[in-house]
Amino acid sequence: MELFLQLLLNGLVVGGIYALVALGFVIIYKSSGLLNFAQGEFLMLGAYVCLAILEETRVPFVAAFLLTLVFSVALGLLLERVVLRPLLGQPLISVIMVTLGLSSVLKAVVQALWGSHTRPFPPVFATEPVMLGPLPVSQGYLWSLGCVALLLVLLTLFFRFTRLGLAMRATAFSQQVALSMGIPVRRIFALSWSIAAAVSAAGGMLLGAMRGGVDGSLAFYGLKVIPVVILGGMDSISGAIAGGLIIGVLENFSGGYLDPLVGGGAKDVAPFVALVLILMVKPHGLFGTAHARRV
Amino acid sequence: MTPPSLRLFRTRAGLPALMAFCLALCSLPAFASSYWLDVLCRIGIATIGAMGLNILTGSTGQISLGNAAFLAVGAYATAALAGRFELPFVVVIPLSGAIAAVTGMLFGIPSLRLRGLYLAMATLAAHFIVIFIAVHWESVTGGVNGLAVPAPSLFGIELDDDRRLFLLILPLAVLLLLFARNLARTRPGRAFIAIRDQDIAAEVIGIDVFRYKLISFAVSSFYVGVAGSLLAYQARLISPENFPITLAIDYLAMIIVGGLGSVLGSVLGATFITVLPEALRVGSGSLSGRYPAMVELFASLKMGVFGLTIILSLAFQPQGMAARWHSSKIWRKVPAS
Repeated sequence: MELFLQLLLNGLVVGGIYALVALGFVIIYKSSGLLNFAQGEFLMLGAYVCLAILEETRVPFVAAFLLTLVFSVALGLLLERVVLRPLLGQPLISVIMVTLGLSSVLKAVVQALWGSHTRPFPPVFATEPVMLGPLPVSQGYLWSLGCVALLLVLLTLFFRFTRLGLAMRATAFSQQVALSMGIPVRRIFALSWSIAAAVSAAGGMLLGAMRGGVDGSLAFYGLKVIPVVILGGMDSISGAIAGGLIIGVLENFSGGYLDPLVGGGAKDVAPFVALVLILMVKPHGLFGTAHARRV
Repeated sequence: MTPPSLRLFRTRAGLPALMAFCLALCSLPAFASSYWLDVLCRIGIATIGAMGLNILTGSTGQISLGNAAFLAVGAYATAALAGRFELPFVVVIPLSGAIAAVTGMLFGIPSLRLRGLYLAMATLAAHFIVIFIAVHWESVTGGVNGLAVPAPSLFGIELDDDRRLFLLILPLAVLLLLFARNLARTRPGRAFIAIRDQDIAAEVIGIDVFRYKLISFAVSSFYVGVAGSLLAYQARLISPENFPITLAIDYLAMIIVGGLGSVLGSVLGATFITVLPEALRVGSGSLSGRYPAMVELFASLKMGVFGLTIILSLAFQPQGMAARWHSSKIWRKVPAS
């Protein structure tokens, strides 16, 4: 039972991070129909930038966190302007390939600046665990869950109650209608890239703080997001959140219960097995819309 | 009269020019160094794989991230068929391709029913599942330690070095390229392009979209499986490490840089992406005398240049190297395209 609870909690914590990154993925997909394969690199870059700020300036973690978010927003705007905007009107495949190229460049930049070995992250959260009933829980986990929840609530409020959020939803609904209503669709694209970069960076920083170190393997989180969005539905924000939590828990359960049987590695492959099964059974995911094809 | 873009050879001199070009390539093993022979073999193998991917992505408009996985399937099939059952390569290579095609269809069936880019997702899953199996099914794959592959032999001659192996790879590549070129002129080939350009319209004019997408993916996986088989014959030792996800992205880069939907583009792209790291190695090697930091930076340099190549080539020649070749009209003078 204790193992069960421990795995469940780990799953929810990691799942929360997945939810953040998946949210970025879904926002870009909804606004422009693109699959962004550089999402994991945004996460990794966020963690490294935050670490660099902490090391250079010795400001508190909260300040570094916010500074990194500002940096990520700027990065998102810049990339959209320099890399993606020139490709407007090109076939979707080209634009998706550009995100793969981008991921390669970002990885190279991180490796050139900070090397490829693991770098320690200064301790952010108090180390002694809190007792949740019978279960000792690390404080970092709780903080991380709290931050994720706060960010998700803030974003939901943003989409629901601000004019800009409304404009984004309109663009997601139909670009042409949005344009004809006077919504600057290009600026919405730019905004979606900066939100995607920022939420991923937030996930990266929380991961770095929880694990106490950052390395290149963080980029792998970008690929884990694919099963999450397939489960939740490619065009659903609540789907990204639910999908993230479910995949996180599934991954930890298969790691805890199946690894002894198959000899390791079950944790990493389970989300992808789930992906294939979901495509067979419920291809549009839990909350995705199945578009009727009118011919 | 068929337009030049649909003829097997654009000009009447095309066939003789191709034959002359192949003869010239055949003579290369006589004097190229073993290093460049290795590169040459890898270019040939990459060309076959890129051609396969180009049928799927360039002609049919579907993205696959599973190329490394299907290369692995072809390679492990070869290791098993040639090693355990001691079959000759004339049987092993097509069979390895067929096994890769069947594996591909397994992942293609659930995702190709849907509109949109679900194949990219399913093949990404295929990658991690195939590699997981390669690591854990030790009795067949040898696990992380890998598996030895015997050299292919022809009439009792062992093709055990790149010099001889190249004479197997080259004709195979030419054959598969010609087949792909001809495919575009057939009913399935036209169906592929109709699906890429407008899938709803394709459905309306009576094309079974799911069926042709699946056929395209099977043909594509067959090519990639054949490339994997040759890869195994060349490497002689294969392990899961040979097939990272970045390899799948390399293949996508080849067809993007070379030219989507173009046979010549597959060749040019495969050559470019294979030679690029070698050129960088030579370049940074000569610089490392003056800047010792070069050695450490090489990995990130390679990755950065690779990414920039994709981004810049999409920005400045989105139709790829092949289109530039055709528009430069060199082909009027050098009709081998």
